[in-house]
Amino acid sequence: MSDNDMQAEIVLEHYREPHNYGTLENATVSMTESNPVCGDTVNISLLIEDGAVKDVKFVGKGCSISQASASMLTDRIMGKSLEELKEIDEESVIDMIGLKLGPSREKCALLSFNTLQKCIKEYQSSQ
Amino acid sequence: MINPEEIKSHFPIFNREIKGNRLVYLDSAATTQKPVEVVDAIVDYYYNSNSNVHRGIYTISEEATELYDASRENVSHFIGSKDSRQIVFVRNATEALNFLSYTLGRSLTEGDEILLSVMEHHSNIVPWQFLKEKGVRLKFVDIGSDGNLDLEDLKSKISKRTKIVSLTHVSNLLGTINPVKEIGRIAHENGSVFIVDGAQSVPHMPVDVEDIGCDFMAFSGHKMLGPSGIGVLYGKFDLLDSLHPFMGGGEMIREVSLEESTWNDTPLKFEAGTPNIEGAIGLSAAVDFLRGLGMENVRRHEMELVSYVLQKEIESGIKDLVSYGPREVQERGGVYSFNIGEIHPLDLNRKLSVESVETSAVHPHDVAADLDSYGLSIRSGHHCAMPLNNKLGIVASSRASFYIYNSREDVNALFDALKKVQKAFVR
Repeated sequence: MSDNDMQAEIVLEHYREPHNYGTLENATVSMTESNPVCGDTVNISLLIEDGAVKDVKFVGKGCSISQASASMLTDRIMGKSLEELKEIDEESVIDMIGLKLGPSREKCALLSFNTLQKCIKEYQSSQ
Repeated sequence: MINPEEIKSHFPIFNREIKGNRLVYLDSAATTQKPVEVVDAIVDYYYNSNSNVHRGIYTISEEATELYDASRENVSHFIGSKDSRQIVFVRNATEALNFLSYTLGRSLTEGDEILLSVMEHHSNIVPWQFLKEKGVRLKFVDIGSDGNLDLEDLKSKISKRTKIVSLTHVSNLLGTINPVKEIGRIAHENGSVFIVDGAQSVPHMPVDVEDIGCDFMAFSGHKMLGPSGIGVLYGKFDLLDSLHPFMGGGEMIREVSLEESTWNDTPLKFEAGTPNIEGAIGLSAAVDFLRGLGMENVRRHEMELVSYVLQKEIESGIKDLVSYGPREVQERGGVYSFNIGEIHPLDLNRKLSVESVETSAVHPHDVAADLDSYGLSIRSGHHCAMPLNNKLGIVASSRASFYIYNSREDVNALFDALKKVQKAFVR
């Protein structure tokens, strides 16, 4: 198995059995984002306490890349401070997926990242 | 008879491998592969006759002009047009339809109506939407549950204000073949101009513009073995001749002063600037190639393949496999749009909950990406027909489309790969 095949299998595992799947009843902020072109949709709910992500869950539908990236991203931000979240940018999300993605599938990969940004913005404007 | 293996030998691209597999190209509705005859015609022009057309008084310019004019003549014959002045070279079907929106649109006024259908490609919707700022209204003929155009709905929506009826001959998603001759009669009895989008018909079946009786037809060269960047607008001479130029510039004028200009003769008055000379020559070579096969044979071959696809669809037993379009192969072109489980558009008013998103569907992007790993090229997405997707209640679909170089083995490869896709992705 090549490195790429192994990474593809990891991504597929996140798709088949996503981590942090569901919605938070006590969410501080919850936002939905979708890509009208392919219908991929992700909702992220965050519980923010003392300036950090105390809990995070997501639900969504769409292709394996969009859903796996949401699963991986929610793993990554669990417990992180809002300051630390600022270090996550588009490039680092693409790197996190670790697959060679064409331009159209990069949009799928970044859907959860864009949803997270929307959550943070909403949280900050409510403070 | 079409022999796909023999035909493939004319297409160098089939010598290459995709990720260790033979290339199974199933996206000809988007663009076709090019035979060596077409590429050679273009290369030969560049190596031996390259120069600008119409104005040069020297050997190679005269050769280039002759080649360009002969290409127009050849294309004209191919679609049954009796006069090559009825052929305007444009970039593609999209440009031809924009041309018509601009030129025919000049005489439309507030309250005038344009009749389209819900199965149109974006290229036969968006250019007409430009006219809404003049107060022009767009109406859309619906489709029945079998994927056929609803002719009763058409008759109920056409009115005395309907100035233009513009419809696709063959749907690029459903494959539906519309009865354009009959629709043309209805349009003309109503006094409407009748436009046919032939992008998915001219490459795949015998098309005779005189028999159909349409006023205009648009199609693209790259979907019929020709190069990209060359397409055709056919127009009945008197009607075409009466139109205002689309673009101004060189070639399209007779005389120019600083204040005003007079136009060249039709069709040159519609071809401003140096045209796509090599494109026209390449398209002409493509027409020769297709004529050599016989368009009746091309059509029969695709009907046989689609018939085989519909048989395999049932035999394969792939869970939740759904496909769209008429089941009768006589009413359907060589496209097969499908989903492994449907993904419906999200209702934004409904809360996204765990229950609302649990689905066994495989997203068309995953289908296309995974099929690529087995060497199959198929398309996934909305196929530039978002209104039709909405109508079908889906966000996207996968589409395999067939042409002269496709065989039953390609269909077998498709269904074998789909079985693997389902195993890999279903949750």
